[in-house]
Amino acid sequence: MKVHRHSYDAVIVGAGGAGLRAAIEAAGKCRTAVVTKLYPTRSHTGAAQGGMCAALANVEEDSWEWHLFDTIKGGDYLVDQPAAEIMCREAIDAVIELEHFGLPFNRTPDGKIDQRRFGGHTRNHGESPVRRACYSADRTGHMILQTLFQQCVARGVNFFNELHVLDVAFVDGRVGGVVAYDLATGDLHVFNTKAVLFATGGYGKMFKVSSNAHTLTGDGPGLLYRRGIPLQDMEFFQFHPTGIYKLGILLSEAARGEGGILRNQSGERFMERYAPTVKDLAPRDMVSRAIQSEVLDGRGVGEAGDAVHLDLTHLPPEQIDAKLPDITEFVRTYLGIEPKTEPIPIQPTAHYAMGGIPTNVDGEVVVDPDGTAFPGLYAAGECACVSVHGSNRLGTNSLLDIVVFGKRGGRAMVDFVHSTDLPDLPGGVEADVRSRIQSLVSGSGGEKVARIRADLQAAMTEKAFVYRSEETLSSMLATLGDLVSRYAEVTVDDKGPTFNYDLTEALELGYLLDLSEALVVSARARTESRGAQFRTDHPLRDDANWMRHTLATRNGDGTVELSYKPVVTGDYLPMERKY
Amino acid sequence: MALMDVELKVKRFNPDRDHKPHWQAFTVQAEPTDRVLDALHSVRWDQDGTLSFRRSCAHGVCGSDAMIINGANALACIVLVKDAAGGNGGTITVEPIRGLPVIKDLVVDMEPFFAQYRSVMPYLVNTEDPGYTERLQSPEDRARYDDTTKCILCAACTTACPVYWGNSQYVGPAAIVNAHRFVFDSRDQAGTERLDLLSQRSGVWKCRTAFSCSEACPRGIKVTQAIQEVKRKTLFDRI
Repeated sequence: MKVHRHSYDAVIVGAGGAGLRAAIEAAGKCRTAVVTKLYPTRSHTGAAQGGMCAALANVEEDSWEWHLFDTIKGGDYLVDQPAAEIMCREAIDAVIELEHFGLPFNRTPDGKIDQRRFGGHTRNHGESPVRRACYSADRTGHMILQTLFQQCVARGVNFFNELHVLDVAFVDGRVGGVVAYDLATGDLHVFNTKAVLFATGGYGKMFKVSSNAHTLTGDGPGLLYRRGIPLQDMEFFQFHPTGIYKLGILLSEAARGEGGILRNQSGERFMERYAPTVKDLAPRDMVSRAIQSEVLDGRGVGEAGDAVHLDLTHLPPEQIDAKLPDITEFVRTYLGIEPKTEPIPIQPTAHYAMGGIPTNVDGEVVVDPDGTAFPGLYAAGECACVSVHGSNRLGTNSLLDIVVFGKRGGRAMVDFVHSTDLPDLPGGVEADVRSRIQSLVSGSGGEKVARIRADLQAAMTEKAFVYRSEETLSSMLATLGDLVSRYAEVTVDDKGPTFNYDLTEALELGYLLDLSEALVVSARARTESRGAQFRTDHPLRDDANWMRHTLATRNGDGTVELSYKPVVTGDYLPMERKY
Repeated sequence: MALMDVELKVKRFNPDRDHKPHWQAFTVQAEPTDRVLDALHSVRWDQDGTLSFRRSCAHGVCGSDAMIINGANALACIVLVKDAAGGNGGTITVEPIRGLPVIKDLVVDMEPFFAQYRSVMPYLVNTEDPGYTERLQSPEDRARYDDTTKCILCAACTTACPVYWGNSQYVGPAAIVNAHRFVFDSRDQAGTERLDLLSQRSGVWKCRTAFSCSEACPRGIKVTQAIQEVKRKTLFDRI
């Protein structure tokens, strides 16, 4: 394999919302390379639909402090409150800045940015739903991704497209470079750099029913985890209530924000029983559990009774066309159903990782319970854990997270590279990547990537989904042991250097397996139910023992070691979570 | 739902081995409501790992998997097997989009396409300081360019254009769509400069109004209409 060598002040890995926002911050200030395994506009930020919350108060009274309260309560009090305060305060600037960048928000009659309701977002500490989500029809993520990419084009940002970053090199306790595999040529690229910011997104492809893109395999957290960086709060994975039946494709919460209603087999609006005040606009963890409960109690719909209905039929057709055009088109395309006249079968779908690479509010990766930053290492967006989402993210706060912390991480990284020299990178840092690739290409084992991945996804969906227990999680660990053994016997069909996606998928599966293990080990140790993690054997929240973040570290021998750090609290004391 | 046998004929090319493309047929079992992308995955995952094609989101918003399906440009993730095979005697033919160099199988070189996109100033230009608030825009002004904000840069339109096939210097429909998005945005101030770029030899006047682009757009953008609007704007701005 030919090796190309590059030298930059900073490297950004991933070109979704967080990576692009960081790139804008670094543009013109330091020599920066943005490396993505896709093209920037293929990133999954573009699939986000409903909106981005900020207390602009354009259509009704609102305040960033109410937004903060909702974020903390929504996260079931595992949120680091000072970090969430920064996010909710800076949300207002972030939305205005996006508008200045050209983002085509929907507008009010007087020309301001329009806002609508979203799950868990309320006025005055839970009184009633509030119109806080700034949006652009049901394609807000698409508009954010396109707008940030446009601004990168305007600034001449230097992209390396279809280069898959597979390793990071540390030199004397600081970042020295990254190693990437060139999908088009099969060559390796070694970037010598002072700093690297990971913005690689989520890893929802460890589950069978998922709203995530095929390419969301957690490469960034996965490769850092292998290099000894801990991963935080991995047990908290969000299951979005309204995925298209069997396919998992996301139907935005905006459908309920616009007035959509969830109904069971008998047509009952069952959320009235689970969340009497906000009903269908309860946070996602609660709605997903309510749906699973309806299904388990025999009140589901669909061939196997394992779905419920999302009903939009009472909404004015022109409102559906204007506010929800894309998601209703998905329903027509994939289900052959007309959402204006028929209810839509939906089920919870694996959607968002609250956990990830631990960072502080400046995107610096922190590697121990004391918050020690690793020099030159940054992360932002879904792959990171600040933690502003705690154990359950509120709808729209992910788009907010990527722009606020993409910007902050980019800014901190620029300051850092101005304060330091380029480290010398020793020869041979690409050796591990080279040997991983060679063993997959030249191996003689008969295992196939697709079968192992399908088995992983099926098992994770059976044993580590909305409901978990000691029994299911232990069983999942045993399954993972088998899958990891089988993975060692993988041989890819494609031996060539050119767009060898057989090889790419094999490399990605390795990260999914490692991250699944971190998730299951963390979930099994947490003997309580909080936010997105529901343990049937420990159904209550246990603040006395579990108001703390999990850190999962992989030892040299491959075992997972857990440690904990306290939640950074603030003005809001934990209380029972009712809506 | 009953599985159906589908013949998937794929135009293949491996630069490490082949001098020219050739067709290869696979038989795959698919549910009628599966996507053509699922059928391609079933080949790569179960039969022949060397089959190369791009994909990511798998529901028509990322723009990775534009290809020619039964002779027409489409995204493989929004065409269902029953529709593609049903109308074609149980066979689905798949080939790479035209007008961009084929690298391997269904993967083409996207760099010329993105270079053309970059050439039309596809970003908002406004040098006035709006202060610490949003710029106002009426719902009517916002609606004026709504259609062209939907573009996902999949290249289905540009690579369906007969003019583009014959002249790779033409900026092509997608670039014009992305220029239109700013030309008709009331907040943008670079109208003249951008229209000058589009009036050049490789710009809008190469369009012969074949409507192939509009038919190809998986987002339902009225691409030909957008190009005509840019042409008219170019003329009016010169009077």
